[in-house]
Amino acid sequence: MTYELKYKSYGEFSILIEWEASIDTSVIRDINVFKANILKKEAKVLQDCIIGYHSLLIVYKNKLEEVHKKISFLKDIYMHKKKEISTYDYIWKIPVCYDVKYGIDLLDISQKTKLSKEEIIQLHTHNTYTVYFIGFLPGFLYLGGLHKKLFFDRKPTPRLKVPKGAVAIGGMQTGVYPQESAGGWNIIGNTPVSFFDITKETPCFASSGDQIQFTSVTEEAYLSIEEEVKSGVYKMEKFII
Amino acid sequence: MIKVLSSGIYTAIQDLGRTGYREIGVPVAGVMDRYAANFANLIVNNKEEDAVIEIVYGSSKLEFLENTTICVSGANFSAKMDGKSIAINTVLSVKKGSVLSFGKRVFGVRTYIAVKGGVLSDVILGSRSFLKGITKKIALKKGDAITINDGLKQIGETKSKVKFNKEYLFSNTIEVFKGPEYEWLSKEQKEKLEQASFTISPSNSRMGYILNEKIENNFASMFSSGVLPGTVQLTPSGKLIVLMRDCQVTGGYPRVLQLTEKSINVLAQKTTKDTIAFKLKQGV
Repeated sequence: MTYELKYKSYGEFSILIEWEASIDTSVIRDINVFKANILKKEAKVLQDCIIGYHSLLIVYKNKLEEVHKKISFLKDIYMHKKKEISTYDYIWKIPVCYDVKYGIDLLDISQKTKLSKEEIIQLHTHNTYTVYFIGFLPGFLYLGGLHKKLFFDRKPTPRLKVPKGAVAIGGMQTGVYPQESAGGWNIIGNTPVSFFDITKETPCFASSGDQIQFTSVTEEAYLSIEEEVKSGVYKMEKFII
Repeated sequence: MIKVLSSGIYTAIQDLGRTGYREIGVPVAGVMDRYAANFANLIVNNKEEDAVIEIVYGSSKLEFLENTTICVSGANFSAKMDGKSIAINTVLSVKKGSVLSFGKRVFGVRTYIAVKGGVLSDVILGSRSFLKGITKKIALKKGDAITINDGLKQIGETKSKVKFNKEYLFSNTIEVFKGPEYEWLSKEQKEKLEQASFTISPSNSRMGYILNEKIENNFASMFSSGVLPGTVQLTPSGKLIVLMRDCQVTGGYPRVLQLTEKSINVLAQKTTKDTIAFKLKQGV
């Protein structure tokens, strides 16, 4: 499928490419295919590619002298893009302990949505979530695909400290805090898996286009996985989509 | 080695920052004022990418535990060596045991110290720049020892004849290009943005500067998209945020303007209550 794209010059080094405003898994797939095709031709001159819900921001190493020529060049890549250049996408299984000890907002959500704690966990682990992109914090995945029944407004005042690994719901989104930080999302559990580990060659295992599935584990299993993660022997479960 | 006797408001090691990791959410970071840092490195014959010491508001004190050559550049806080005034923006030979300190503010906010060979810190994702969430150390503290890279100490000449162009330190003009959502603005909003003078609020840091004056708007929120150091976002409250070197990689507020590289350096040398005016550049 080919979309109508907008190309905008953005500062001295960058070009922003925009798809129609939407949150759509086929758009994110198209962005990733286009990005892979651009990288194939431009990897040496590119500094960064930043993906948004419906955008791709391309940052060059050097100032762009002839932006219009560059845009024509990119348009040509899009016209002739090949799907197979794109790399594999994975489904990652993420163990989560939904015990109220970690899911400190579970009871509040349960009361206000009139869903039992078990129903919330069932709904949260049933759906598979698409990684749209990574932003906000290193390793923070913007995930789409939350069940409508679990839509729940952010807290009016953010907490100053949300623990690392907190699995949370904010509006129509769900996500995992990769490090301790301030945050206004409602916490429903915690995962011992590291979403950002600077000691790893690939600090963040996931990338745009991948999928995430949460699985409910007991506190006992949580603690043993935590040990494995700490000692570096934990192997994440993943499947090629 | 250089011993930190006092670290003041904020003293850190910075280089040109981390690139290539924004797709996993890692900010670029790096020196706030690239012109001054590059100049200091050039003067002591370092490479542009060698790490320097960045000092906010001239409030730190450093003792050199070995003979070396340095250059102090950027903000002028009456630099002193062993209590005696020293020249900035030029080569300085430093004797073992000397103490560098600062006094009264003359101009600017961020001072850079380049040491011949460069200073060292852990290289994380290709950069020595301190950054919360990425490096273990996020600021230098009293008692820290900074290692000087003497493995590659070149005896090459220092470029003492290059002149530091300090005019930008006194400029209030911030040159900008139109941002991706510039066309969302009405004629009146555009006029205000280009003609009004904006004051820097106390919320200014390496992540971004919030400006006091408002541009009333009722823009719909947008789906998060990439942002850059130097991006000016217009928030629902009407306040503008100018993103700086440590900024997040994506944001959800309309990006109305984008600073030129030079203007990011200009703003990096400004602080609370300073005023600025945007000047729209055509093209790109």
